[in-house]
Amino acid sequence: MLEIKNLHASVDGGREILKGVSLTVRAGEVHAIMGPNGSGKSTLAGILAGRDGYDITRGSVIYDGRDLLAMSPEDRARAGIFLAFQYPVEIPGVNNMYFLRVALNAGRKARGEPELDAGQFLKTVRNKLKLLEIDDDLLQRGVNVGFSGGEKKRNEIFQMAMLEPRLAILDETDSGLDIDALRVVANGINRLRAPNRAIVMITHYQRLLDHVAPDFVHVLSEGRIVRSGDKSLAAELEKTGYAGVGV
Amino acid sequence: MTDSAQALVSDSYKYGFVTDIDEDRAPPGLNEDVIRFISAKKGEPEWLLEWRLGAFGRWQKMSEPKWANVHFPPIDYQAASYYSAPKQKAAPKSIDDVDPELLRTYEKLGIPLHERKALAGVAVDAVFDSVSVATTFKDKLGELGIIFCSFGEAVREHGDLVQQYLGSVVPQGDNFYAALNSAVFSDGSFVYVPPGVRCPMELSTYFRINAAKTGQFERTLVIADKGAYVSYLEGCTAPQRDENQLHAAVVELVALDDAQIKYSTVQNWYPGDAEGRGGIYNFVTKRGACRGARSKISWTQVETGSAITWKYPGCLLEGDDSVGEFYSVAVTNNRQQADTGTKMIHLGRNTRSTIISKGISAGKGQNTYRGLVRVQPKAVNSRNYTQCDSLLIGQKCGAHTVPYIEVRNPSSRVEHEATTSKISEEQMFYCRSRGLSQEDALSLIVNGFCKEVLKELPMEFAVEAQKLLSVSLEGSVG
Repeated sequence: MLEIKNLHASVDGGREILKGVSLTVRAGEVHAIMGPNGSGKSTLAGILAGRDGYDITRGSVIYDGRDLLAMSPEDRARAGIFLAFQYPVEIPGVNNMYFLRVALNAGRKARGEPELDAGQFLKTVRNKLKLLEIDDDLLQRGVNVGFSGGEKKRNEIFQMAMLEPRLAILDETDSGLDIDALRVVANGINRLRAPNRAIVMITHYQRLLDHVAPDFVHVLSEGRIVRSGDKSLAAELEKTGYAGVGV
Repeated sequence: MTDSAQALVSDSYKYGFVTDIDEDRAPPGLNEDVIRFISAKKGEPEWLLEWRLGAFGRWQKMSEPKWANVHFPPIDYQAASYYSAPKQKAAPKSIDDVDPELLRTYEKLGIPLHERKALAGVAVDAVFDSVSVATTFKDKLGELGIIFCSFGEAVREHGDLVQQYLGSVVPQGDNFYAALNSAVFSDGSFVYVPPGVRCPMELSTYFRINAAKTGQFERTLVIADKGAYVSYLEGCTAPQRDENQLHAAVVELVALDDAQIKYSTVQNWYPGDAEGRGGIYNFVTKRGACRGARSKISWTQVETGSAITWKYPGCLLEGDDSVGEFYSVAVTNNRQQADTGTKMIHLGRNTRSTIISKGISAGKGQNTYRGLVRVQPKAVNSRNYTQCDSLLIGQKCGAHTVPYIEVRNPSSRVEHEATTSKISEEQMFYCRSRGLSQEDALSLIVNGFCKEVLKELPMEFAVEAQKLLSVSLEGSVG
C-alpha cells in the first residue's frame, strides 16, 4: 500500500531532517514509529500528508502505485490518507459537524459516490459515536475551538472514523492525554483496525502501545530507521530507553 | 498571481453583462435645467422640485470628503448623465407590460419578478438604472395597509408621508454625496408599515446599473409606525465596464415607538478588474432614526463589490431604551478599497448599540473600519459594545481600524475590542488534509470568520452571501 524508499528531506533551504528513510506498509498492518525528540517523526508524518515547507531531496513514496509526493494534500486525503494532527487546528465559527460533512462529501464526490444528505450523515455520525464510545458534546461546537487537549485528540479519532481512511497516520496522538482519554483514543484506534486499512502510529512513548498492539515497531533516530522489529522491541525500549538500543 | 488565477478572478463577476435596451436619458452635465428635466420627467409636485433645487444649491458650495482612506482620480461631475431610464411606451400598469428584455435581465440575475415564480415570502421592487421597474406582491401587502412601491409612485400617491419624512434623517446638506443625491435622485423604494402591523414577508429591492456613463442615485425611505416590524433586503449588481461609475444613494429609516426595522444589504456592484480598471464608486449615506421609545434598527451588510466603498450606516438613538445594531462583512480583493463602518449616536436614555464588523482583505485590497460611537449628556445609562475583526489573506493587503469614541456622561459604558489575524497555513493545511480543495478551505474559514454577521441575514440571503464571499475571494490563495 505504502512504499517509502530512501527518503531524504530538509526544511526549506536548510537542515536535512530525514536522511534515507525506507518503510513498507501493507493493508491491515499497524506500524509504530518511535524515536526521541527531533528524530524526524513528525516531519515524516507531515511529508506523507503533504504539508508545505519541506524539500524532498532524494527518494520516493509510492501509495497504491501512485507517486504520492506529486499529489496535493486534498488528493491524498481523497485517496484515503488521513493524518491525525499532533496539534489539531482551531477553525472559529465553523461547526464541527458541518466541517465533517463537507470533508466527507469532498471525498465521496472525488470517488464518484453520491454525497450524503443531512439525515444520512447524522445516522452515520450516531453509529460511529456509538462504536467509539464518544459523547456527542463536541459536535455542535466550532472545530477544535475551546477544546481541551484530550477533546482535540478524541475529535481527530472521530474524524478518522467518519472518513474511513485506508492509511491513517497518527502523529503523537497519545501526547498530553490523561489515562482515561488515552483509553478512549486507544479503544477508537482498535475499533478502526481492519484488513483493508493500515495504521501508522508515531509516538514518543511506549504507553499507547500497551493499549494498541502494533505488528511492527520501528525506531527512528537522526532521520534514519535504525531498528525494526515486532512489539517486543517497544517493550525493550521501555526497559532500556533509546540509549539501550544504540540510539 | 498566475495567469490562470487571474482569469479566475476576472471571470468571477457573473453579473457583468449589459442589457441592450432603449433608454431615455438626460444629456451629460449637471445644472438647474437638468434637475428641472428630471423632476418634470417624473411629474413631480412643485415642493419636491424646490427641495431638489435647494439641495443642488447646497451641493455647489460643498466639496468631496477627503478624510476617508480611499484614493481615486477626481470625478468630473459634469461628464456623467444624471438620468437614464429604460424607454417604455407608457408606465407599466402590471408586470405584463414590462419590457420582456428587462424581465430577462432580472431572470439572469436570479430575481424572479413574476409573482408566480417569486420565492415565497419575498416581495421585490426592482430598480433598473434610475427607474423602478416593477413591484411584486403589492396587492397582498396593501390589504395590511403596508405601502411598498417605487419612490416615484410614493411621491404621487403618498405625497404627505414622503414630504413629512424625506430628509428628516439624512438632511440635504449632510455630506457632499447626500446633497448630490438629494438634487438628482431618480427613483428608489418606499415602505410604510402602519401601526401595529408586522410585515409578513421580506421586502426586497434589487438595484441594477445598466447604462454606460450614468450614475445611479436612488433614494430609499422606510417608515415603521408605532409597534410595526419590517425586514428589508437590498441587492446590487452592475455590468462590467472599463470606466468607473458613481453610485450615490441615500437610505433613510424611521422607527417610531416600539417599532423595529431590519435592513440587510448584499452589495455586489462590479468591483473592477484585477488591475483596478473600472468598477463602481459606492458612496452611500444610510442612516436610521430610532425616533420612538423602545424602537430598534438593525443594519446588516455584506459588502463584496465596488471598486471603492464609502458608507457608514448608522443609527440615531433618539427614543429612550432604543437599540441600534450594525453587523458588517466587507471584503476587498485585488485593488478594491473599502472605508466603511457605522455611526451610533446615543441621544435617549438607556439606549444600547452593538457593532460587529468583519473586514477581509485579499490581493492588494485595503479595508478600513471607521466607526463613531457618541453618547450625549442626556443619554444616561447607555451601552455600546464594538467588536472589530480583520482577516488578512496574503502579503499585499491592508486592514485599518479607526474608532471614534465620545462619551459625554458618566453612567454610560462603551466597550471596544479589535483583532487582526491572518489565515494561517496550518488552518488551510488542516482543511485540505481532510479532502477540501484550497478554494473550499478558504471559503469555509472565511465564512466561519463572518458567522456572527451572516447569521443575522434572512435565510435565503445568507446562502447567497456565503456564495458571494467565496466568489469574491477566488484566486486569492495559491
